Amino acid sequence: MDQIMIEATDLAKRYGDTQALAGVDLSVPAGTILGVLGPNGAGKSTAVRILTTLARPDAGHARVAGYDVVTQAGEVRRRIGVTAQDATVDEALTGRQNLRMVAELSGLRRGAAATRADELLERFELAGAADRVVKGYSGGMRRRLDLAASLVAHPAVLFLDEPTTGLDPTSRARMWDVVRDLVAAGTTILLTTQYLEEADALADRIVVIDHGRVVARGTAGELKAATGGHRLEVTLSAPHDGALPALAPLVEGRVDVDAGGRRLRAGVRSGSGVATEVIRALDGVGALVDDVVVHAPSLDDVFFALTGQGVS
Amino acid sequence: MSQLTVATGTPTPIAPTAPAAPARSGSIGQAVRDVVVLTRRNLVHVAREPLQLSDVTIQPVLFTLLFVYVLSGGVAVGGGDYKQFAIAGLISLNLTTASIGTAVGLSTDLGSGAVDRFRTLPIWRAAVLVGRSLSDLLSSLVCMSIVVLTGLAIGWRPHTSPARFAAAFAIPLLFAYALAWATACLGMVSDGPESAQGIGLVVLFPLAFVSNAMVPTAGMPAAVRAIAEWNPVSAVTAAARDLFGNPNPSATADAWPMQHPVVAAVLWSVGIVAVCAPLAVALYRRRTTD
Repeated sequence: MDQIMIEATDLAKRYGDTQALAGVDLSVPAGTILGVLGPNGAGKSTAVRILTTLARPDAGHARVAGYDVVTQAGEVRRRIGVTAQDATVDEALTGRQNLRMVAELSGLRRGAAATRADELLERFELAGAADRVVKGYSGGMRRRLDLAASLVAHPAVLFLDEPTTGLDPTSRARMWDVVRDLVAAGTTILLTTQYLEEADALADRIVVIDHGRVVARGTAGELKAATGGHRLEVTLSAPHDGALPALAPLVEGRVDVDAGGRRLRAGVRSGSGVATEVIRALDGVGALVDDVVVHAPSLDDVFFALTGQGVS
Repeated sequence: MSQLTVATGTPTPIAPTAPAAPARSGSIGQAVRDVVVLTRRNLVHVAREPLQLSDVTIQPVLFTLLFVYVLSGGVAVGGGDYKQFAIAGLISLNLTTASIGTAVGLSTDLGSGAVDRFRTLPIWRAAVLVGRSLSDLLSSLVCMSIVVLTGLAIGWRPHTSPARFAAAFAIPLLFAYALAWATACLGMVSDGPESAQGIGLVVLFPLAFVSNAMVPTAGMPAAVRAIAEWNPVSAVTAAARDLFGNPNPSATADAWPMQHPVVAAVLWSVGIVAVCAPLAVALYRRRTTD
């Protein structure tokens, strides 16, 4: 049986008039990634603050690595790493000084702290910039340093709060590789993100949060399947009156038409063979087809279906 | 919004077996190390941004020269020239106003997320405050040394033994350390570094000036004079003047602290620490519990 490394039951938290969390349950087995997905203000960061002992829940309780986050906060802190949304590395210190400081505050003696800092600088490709002040680091370098700092004490559980927000695609891809390596090595990760693509790429399981509540949970595949069938997108060479009647028997629901009548979009029950049928039907009425795309629903579509709004 | 539950994990509470950071058993030793690490971190900040230090470097020189050459009007005090009287007062004045640095530093760390980072680490909770108080004590030492050196450069002279000279250094520093805990409380309740600085100076300037630091209290209206003679800044200043062997007109005042300035200065300082240090820790706890 899998160990559950993060377990939250009915967490609630109110800030003034805002109900940041309204009863959230989470469960993350050891060595897996849970993606917590939701728009700004959904309650993701509040959940992370509670699970990392920075905030107390008004109701409900949570255990991380087997310890209660309120009554055994000290034990929790010895076993977690946290990378915050706005990287909290110390700007006035060098990269090396930052890591040594965190290592010493994690209980390592000076010599061990220096060794650990060097290892992490090497691993995160920061060795060349190790003795530069962090103020001059790029966004990607800061995030890597922040992540390195959170790994100083070999945490069993890692919290990554929007680790790639604001990063360029290259830096994001590097961050993803690091996260995959960590999980492969047995670390349990809770990752919050606004990017559906990121949850899709990294997370074993996904929880979708909106207005402080879990509105869906499952694997990326399960969430997509639950939203319904595939999406069809057809681009015609020119608008054609016969196109809509020809498509009607093949699609579900209404057909959206735009680009002056050239682009037609609709849901289809199954992806199998549908592109061929669409081209035959359109060819039958004399419509010229430039492009046909049939794709599985993205998490964007899922989020829209669940909350009635897009992400961000 | 109906909840779509595609699948649910069955929570299996586990025995706490996850590997942990090194045990923190030697809690006192580790607390001391936490404090040392955080003190050193604050000093690196100061070294990186020397302008932060202008309160304790440029200001003391400026105040000393302004008071001695511009504001004194050539007044002779207590049988010596003004600068013999003024240097101890300038030490108190500069240390008192510079103590706001503690509030500003803590407020900055609270706002920048630095404190949150520290709080996710298994450190002694009060280490953030104690580390700040110690790094600011070093700033106070710099500040006081600069006033003394400036004074020596312009002709101020102590007339005393090495032991009394050392005591004359220690008492203002002890008082500055106490004030740091007082402004730490302010830092815990203010919205940010700017407001901490603003509120702090409104309190600290009257504290520094309604005293015997820059002018003898004898010429003050009775009510103001009573306040000035019981002001801890006056006790600290009178103690320093006495220990430096400088003119100390307050020795003729009847108020108890002016008759026993060294004892009064130490009592004030210890009292302020006894009240403000636990209060600052409590306020820090409240501020960082949400």
